[in-house]
Amino acid sequence: MNDYEVVIGLEVHAELNTESKIYCDCKNAFGLEVNTQVCPVCMGMPGALPTLNEKVVEYAIKMGHALNCKINNVCKQDRKNYFYPDLPKAYQISQSDVPLCQNGYLDVMIDGKIKRIGITRIHIEEDAGKLLHDDAFAGSLVDLNRCGVPLIEIVSEPDMRSSAEAKAYLDTIKSILQYLDISDCKMQEGSIRCDVNVSVHKKGEPFGTRCEMKNVNSFSAAVRAIDYEAKRQIELLEAGGTVEQETRRWDDAKGISITMRSKEDAQDYRYFPEPDLLTIVVDESKVRELKESLPELPNAKIARYVNDFGLPQNDAALIVDVPEKAKLFDECIKVGGCSPKIISNWILGDISKYMNETGKSISETHLSAERLAKLFSVIEKGVISNAAGKIVFEAIISEDKDPMDVIKEKNLAQNSDADYLEKLARDVLAQNEKSVTDYKNGKTNALGFLVGQCMKASQGKANPGMMKEIVLKMLSE
Amino acid sequence: MELYKKSAAELSDMLRKKECSAVEIAQSVFSRIEEVENKVDSYLTLCKNEALEKAKLVDKAFADGKELHPLAGIPIGIKDNISTKGIKTTCASKMLENYVPPFNATVVEKINSADMVITGKLNMDEFAMGSSTENSYFKLTKNPHDLERVPGGSSGGSAAAVAAGEAIVSLGSDTGGSIRQPSAFCGVVGLKPTYGSVSRYGLVAFASSLDQIGPLGRTVKDVAMLQSLICGYDRMDATSKEIGSPDFAKELKSNLSGLKIGIPKEYFGDGIDSGVKQSVMNAIKEMEKAGAAVKEISLPSTSYALNSYYIISSAEASSNLARFDGVKYGYRTPEYENLIDMYEKTRSEGFGDEVKRRIMLGTFVLSSGYYDAYYKKAKLLQKKISGEFSAAFENVDIIATPTVPSTAFKIGENIGDPIKMYTADICTVTINIAGLPAISVPCGFENNLPVGMQLIGNKFEEQTLLNAAFGYEQLVGGFKCLPEIV
Repeated sequence: MNDYEVVIGLEVHAELNTESKIYCDCKNAFGLEVNTQVCPVCMGMPGALPTLNEKVVEYAIKMGHALNCKINNVCKQDRKNYFYPDLPKAYQISQSDVPLCQNGYLDVMIDGKIKRIGITRIHIEEDAGKLLHDDAFAGSLVDLNRCGVPLIEIVSEPDMRSSAEAKAYLDTIKSILQYLDISDCKMQEGSIRCDVNVSVHKKGEPFGTRCEMKNVNSFSAAVRAIDYEAKRQIELLEAGGTVEQETRRWDDAKGISITMRSKEDAQDYRYFPEPDLLTIVVDESKVRELKESLPELPNAKIARYVNDFGLPQNDAALIVDVPEKAKLFDECIKVGGCSPKIISNWILGDISKYMNETGKSISETHLSAERLAKLFSVIEKGVISNAAGKIVFEAIISEDKDPMDVIKEKNLAQNSDADYLEKLARDVLAQNEKSVTDYKNGKTNALGFLVGQCMKASQGKANPGMMKEIVLKMLSE
Repeated sequence: MELYKKSAAELSDMLRKKECSAVEIAQSVFSRIEEVENKVDSYLTLCKNEALEKAKLVDKAFADGKELHPLAGIPIGIKDNISTKGIKTTCASKMLENYVPPFNATVVEKINSADMVITGKLNMDEFAMGSSTENSYFKLTKNPHDLERVPGGSSGGSAAAVAAGEAIVSLGSDTGGSIRQPSAFCGVVGLKPTYGSVSRYGLVAFASSLDQIGPLGRTVKDVAMLQSLICGYDRMDATSKEIGSPDFAKELKSNLSGLKIGIPKEYFGDGIDSGVKQSVMNAIKEMEKAGAAVKEISLPSTSYALNSYYIISSAEASSNLARFDGVKYGYRTPEYENLIDMYEKTRSEGFGDEVKRRIMLGTFVLSSGYYDAYYKKAKLLQKKISGEFSAAFENVDIIATPTVPSTAFKIGENIGDPIKMYTADICTVTINIAGLPAISVPCGFENNLPVGMQLIGNKFEEQTLLNAAFGYEQLVGGFKCLPEIV
């Protein structure tokens, strides 16, 4: 079994988050009442004609640049003809032989190493509607809201060799889409979907026959589908069988794939140039302008966090994984007055915890880089303790307040007055003779208890470093 | 007063001089319809009440001293493949027997905003496929010049209604001759505009790269007025072009002196009736006498145009007509076992033979393995044909040919012979392939049946074309468009 190598190629469909649909003025929005975001064009009424939303071309070119593609600034759109109730025109406007972008690559980080995955092509096309099945109705209903939602299809070369590599590729694609802000990337809403091509072969032998799996609705499902399919093919070959080229349907609930159609049943889509639309022509200068407008992409960002700020690779990756966190990190660095390490610790600690627990984004709170950097700065300077910092943090999430005001109001500033701290220690040690004896008898953990009692007596405001030193000094007298 | 016999230009004048009212015009046209419609059968839907209401509004606006469009109050019939909001648009097909569009075609919006009076929807070959209007699912339209003969097609209703006085002007659509050929058969004037000059939004597509809506009327001026109204860029049609707002009627000039007319020998060869050839040659001679310079030219690829046309148009049709699947609108077969069965039965029962023939042909030429041999070659030929026309227009202003090789044939005479029917489009399809404007004008009679002369212009040279047609019309003292219907 171990002699086999798995070969994986992926087709990712990403819905673009343009204001309007690709060929009409209808709003491009998810989750609205069925059949309300529709017009004669996207419903395929007789006589209605498509007109291209140029934003879609711009978004796709951005992705093309991000994936190091050649941009075909002169290209056409084609009709892909097939019958299905969710496709009202009975053809999908797509691109066949000349895609908008082609011949690119993506560097993916796998186990700390970079692996380069080839990108065959990226083309633009329209999404279809959705079939709804209702028990109250004997049959199927169609929701056409999604018809004409702009899509890009990103096709990779068969360059991945494990489901983990495929997952890393998918995660990176998703992250780039987010950084370019061209897709909502909401898996649960179906804004990214993928088709998986899998084949197996023995190392050193030619590639095996591939099978395509459809209906893969999440990245984790892609991992399961790949692992299942590789195992199925290997077992088939080991049993002396052959793999047939076919399209299979992944059933994630059951964890199996089943044959949808064989090669013989492959549909002839009868592609031909869409006569209702003009050739796409994008000025070379526009193509360059779009390239220059690209934001810093995730791989470069991670490298910068590691090289410039000394963050551990994992921490950098975790921050970059969520564009909002990276944005906050960059802004805090810009405000300054605190170390990259404390920013990173707080973002991956309390801020992530808050975001996870509430499901809210930073923009929904009163937190700002200015306020957070100020807070981190006073913690690092010892003006307040880390514990007091948490209290301030809680307050400035929900209240539109400056951290310094919160510190004043709640009287949270640390007390570093040596005379005061010594008096405090003397009183606490006098009240806890047993612990003092314990310590002197070698029970060193009594120290923590005593310092804790001192902190408590100070209502948390004593400078913990100084407090500890003073208690230690008195114990050794 | 028989107002229905007047031209749009005359009626427009009369309205402004208060010599008649819009309601009187509408009433005259509708009483003419009552009189002859049972013989001619040009309409699929009549909109008498709406028309009279609109006419009343026009009269009120005139009474209030408002400035109205020159075509305000003029009755117009519309081919039934042009979408009219709230009015059935059947494409003369069982498939769309009860289909009522929820939106207006752009041209209909323009007609409404000019306050024209829509009389109704006109018969046609099903989905504009045919040359005789015999492919209508609903009825046979007759040629007003001889009720035993076809009016031509596919805009047979549009031509017959104008020739019979059942409309002052009308709109048709032309994919391979569907305005010009029935205009020739019915003895009226019909213009197929340059591809891209009139918005196709709302025209139920037959072949998207060839379809064009155009005007029909009994005078060149009427056609020029209507073309001025309907042309222009439309953001809803990506293939429409920015051409400003020309007023072709205002700029009409009848002087033919110095006009260079090209006569392509390929259009006067075998297969063209000698009578037709003679009538057209006589008309050209008249124009030459009036100062036009006539010269023979050659368009060598003409003989391939028909093949190219039937491949491209059928390919596009097979895709355009795929949406009629019984799911959303139109006909759905009453009984079916599953989705595929529903599709098959719906489309087998909903479409007529000619439409099915073209869908099969188009599906075949686009299928994998045949695309390069047919569709791709046809597109290459299209380029070659366009190039030959461009070269020709470096030396001539317009090109004159017969519109159709023959006069109107008898109902049923050709229906069983599709190849013969297709061949009759030989003179007109090339123009669609090249995307050029062309007009058919009456140029005499052969055995009491009208003969049409086709004048072809360079791209977006509608004014040159209309001027030439206008000059000829003035030479012959106007066309005798309204036959006695017996």
